[in-house]
Amino acid sequence: MESLLVDRRSFLKVTTLAGGGLLLGAYRAAPAHAAGSEFVPNAFIRISPEGVVTILSKNPEVGQGVKTSLPMIIAEELEVDFETVVVEQALADEARYGRQVAGGSQSTPVNWEDHHRFGAAARQMLVTAAALTWGVPESECVASRGAVNHKASGRTLGYGALATKAASLTPPDLKSVVLKDPKDYKIIGRSIPQVDNPKIVTGKPLFGIDVTVPGMLYAVFEKCPVFAGSVRSANLDAVKALPGVRHAFVVDGQKERLDGLMPGVAIVADGWWAAKSAREKLEVVWDEGPTAQQGSASFAAKAAELGPKPGARRLRNDGDVDAALAGAAKTVESAYAYPFIAHAPLEPQNTTAQWKDGKIEIWSPTQNPQPGRQLVATTLGIPESDVTIHMTRIGGGFGRRLRNDFMVEAAWIARAAGVPVKLLWTREDDMRHDFYRPAGFHFLKGGVDASGRIAAWRNHFVTFGDGENTAPSAGMGDAEFPARFLANYRHETSMMPLGVPTGPLRAPGSNALAWVMQSFIDELAHAAGRDPVQFRLDLLGEPRVVKNADGSAAYDAGRMRGVVAAVAEKAGWGRTLPKGRGLGIAFHFSHRGYFAEVAEVSVSASKAVKVEKVWVAGDVGSVIINPSGALHQVQGSVLDGLAELYQEITIEAGRTKQASFPDFPLLRFNEAPPVEVHFVKTDFPPTGLGEPALPPLPPAVCNAIFAATGTRVRTLPITREGFKKA
Amino acid sequence: MPPLKLTVNARAVAVDVPADMPLLWVLRDVLDLKGSKFGCGIGECGACTVHVKGQPMRSCSVPASAVAGMEITTIEGLSLDGSHPLQKAWTKLDVPQCGYCQAGQIMTAAALLAAKPKPTDGDVDAAMAGNLCRCCTYLRIREAVHEAAGQTPAKK
Repeated sequence: MESLLVDRRSFLKVTTLAGGGLLLGAYRAAPAHAAGSEFVPNAFIRISPEGVVTILSKNPEVGQGVKTSLPMIIAEELEVDFETVVVEQALADEARYGRQVAGGSQSTPVNWEDHHRFGAAARQMLVTAAALTWGVPESECVASRGAVNHKASGRTLGYGALATKAASLTPPDLKSVVLKDPKDYKIIGRSIPQVDNPKIVTGKPLFGIDVTVPGMLYAVFEKCPVFAGSVRSANLDAVKALPGVRHAFVVDGQKERLDGLMPGVAIVADGWWAAKSAREKLEVVWDEGPTAQQGSASFAAKAAELGPKPGARRLRNDGDVDAALAGAAKTVESAYAYPFIAHAPLEPQNTTAQWKDGKIEIWSPTQNPQPGRQLVATTLGIPESDVTIHMTRIGGGFGRRLRNDFMVEAAWIARAAGVPVKLLWTREDDMRHDFYRPAGFHFLKGGVDASGRIAAWRNHFVTFGDGENTAPSAGMGDAEFPARFLANYRHETSMMPLGVPTGPLRAPGSNALAWVMQSFIDELAHAAGRDPVQFRLDLLGEPRVVKNADGSAAYDAGRMRGVVAAVAEKAGWGRTLPKGRGLGIAFHFSHRGYFAEVAEVSVSASKAVKVEKVWVAGDVGSVIINPSGALHQVQGSVLDGLAELYQEITIEAGRTKQASFPDFPLLRFNEAPPVEVHFVKTDFPPTGLGEPALPPLPPAVCNAIFAATGTRVRTLPITREGFKKA
Repeated sequence: MPPLKLTVNARAVAVDVPADMPLLWVLRDVLDLKGSKFGCGIGECGACTVHVKGQPMRSCSVPASAVAGMEITTIEGLSLDGSHPLQKAWTKLDVPQCGYCQAGQIMTAAALLAAKPKPTDGDVDAAMAGNLCRCCTYLRIREAVHEAAGQTPAKK
């Protein structure tokens, strides 16, 4: 990893450009006060009289590294050595901490400026406390490494010694505090290992599955394999007689929403193994409900029927597409299809819950605690204020744990059982009761003109929904690239009803749409006989910011050109390759990040695909907060995208066919190619990295397969096109 | 059934559990050793990897009764204080993302290094191919194995 361009203007200038993004008003709590004799300048910082500095991490830690990177920002401004800081996971409490979510690559852009100000305000108060103690001007006092120094007199007071005095001061207006010049950063920009690493490598309890509450029992929950099917009858008496079983009962649940409490049978036992063993003897007669006939094959057949017809709704129609296609030098017509896929985080869904005196306390690996609190409160019929949520470390999320179905199940079962309960799903539960990345079908026609540019583009997107509203994460906006970059562009959509739960998967929408758009752009480039990189640069056009009429959905063509040019150079685009090898390029803008990627693949005569190497250029602004974590997110996203090329969830008779890793493959160690990452630094505030590096990877690989073989991949997984892993 | 006698991290324990109960659940729920993780229950992901007589084993798929009396080592017993070269390399090179699979990764790598102190990339591939990492930290795992083995970092 290296920086291609270091051109940092002052932080203040950058943040002024960002304008209006301040969320400081959200933090109603946390006036400075002495808690005991601690200095607590705001909700995020505590300094004890012994000098222990504790920084709270507000968002769920799901492997994206925020429990390290967000406190780094505060520590930078606070002027403490990061290695001396104690980082503590905050409780779920949005009134105190603001929005708490691990999603949308939002942690960095949303919290970047605020976290600077929290740290700077505390530092300013400590400097004031020292100046008052010594009777010298504040301007002569300097904070450094957890202490305030007065150079002229050689005096120093540690933050602990200043804590009591600082706690008696009125906190400054956060908007007025002076922030550090980026050239003076000592922590931001340095690779710092995750704060939980020592516990992770020694096996200390950290994750939801590791939670223990005194007197706790263990639960499993059997739901209908057809989504929202309900219980007709179950052999509860037989199950209750099995070893270790304490309770077995039907949960009526509801069928109105697929992300609420589903009907099923709960078994509560002395140990999880006892509960799981009893579940194998459970016999349930289900009412499978109205969706038991649906399946992936019938969806594909229906889509093939709808695709060639006009779409039910026209979402965008720029220029005169029909005339431009009629007048094009060449036209290309292609149908693309991608399947449902699962999230499959390695830690199976779980939550521990304790019902006591009409209130519920919850320990949960949730990415999204506040909607969980609402769901639990609504379902149990209690006020939200009676729901306490502890956010545990999370064994992978990828968007799955933005839904809180496992949380409400645990809460319901714990109240019904009258004891603290740890609910733990099996791997098969997780794979068969996911909120899948929705499948989708695109029927495209495009034309190129005599000069080798795109003359027109038409897409009929057949997706899922009730006719008016698309199913979760199954939509496509009217600004999806290359919309707005073409004079003649039409986007129509038709919907099929769906009874399968869907939801966001890492880079939702983009993880599939980038594959379709960047593959079809490649087809048009080849139809025009043009170089795929130059063809894309022409499509992006002059550096400028393209916006909707209302100013929304800004797309900076210049920033994208920058990463396309950078990755092409780093990958040696245009070099000659032996037979059976190829380079493919793709780019995508999502989650405020601009990414372009080149894949080099080799394909054998038997269509075995090996990705030899991937080059990445990304632009996420002026600063990389933690280069170690940033590189991790980009490499992980790229390899995740590679895994998705081979994954498929099949719906048959209303239920999920796949069960576990043998039929839903994750990427393995020996299948991971080198991923070379370059950050292009530009004068914009830093943005997040959990997602935007993923979407370009699938099309980059498929475009490389075309370059190597002449075969275009238009259906995923790529095994459908006869390809396999090398 | 008489209590089952196990030797876990050099400590002799007796547990009263069903004969078919996998070692993983004895470790986690009876002995309160939470480091070994449940990922799939069918030996496919490796998150539950422990050593039995020095060999890596999927604790989710072996009944505890089958390893009675044998020397069992979990991540908690790999070193007293996190000082095993792999633990140090993992921390220093910042290998984890979510971290859930990493105990299993380290236990598999520890068995590799015990058998082959200077592994080639091919050795590492063969040894580690059975341990899944959903976050795909594989590139950094490779570096850390070589670092722990005192080898210059593998060519990227």
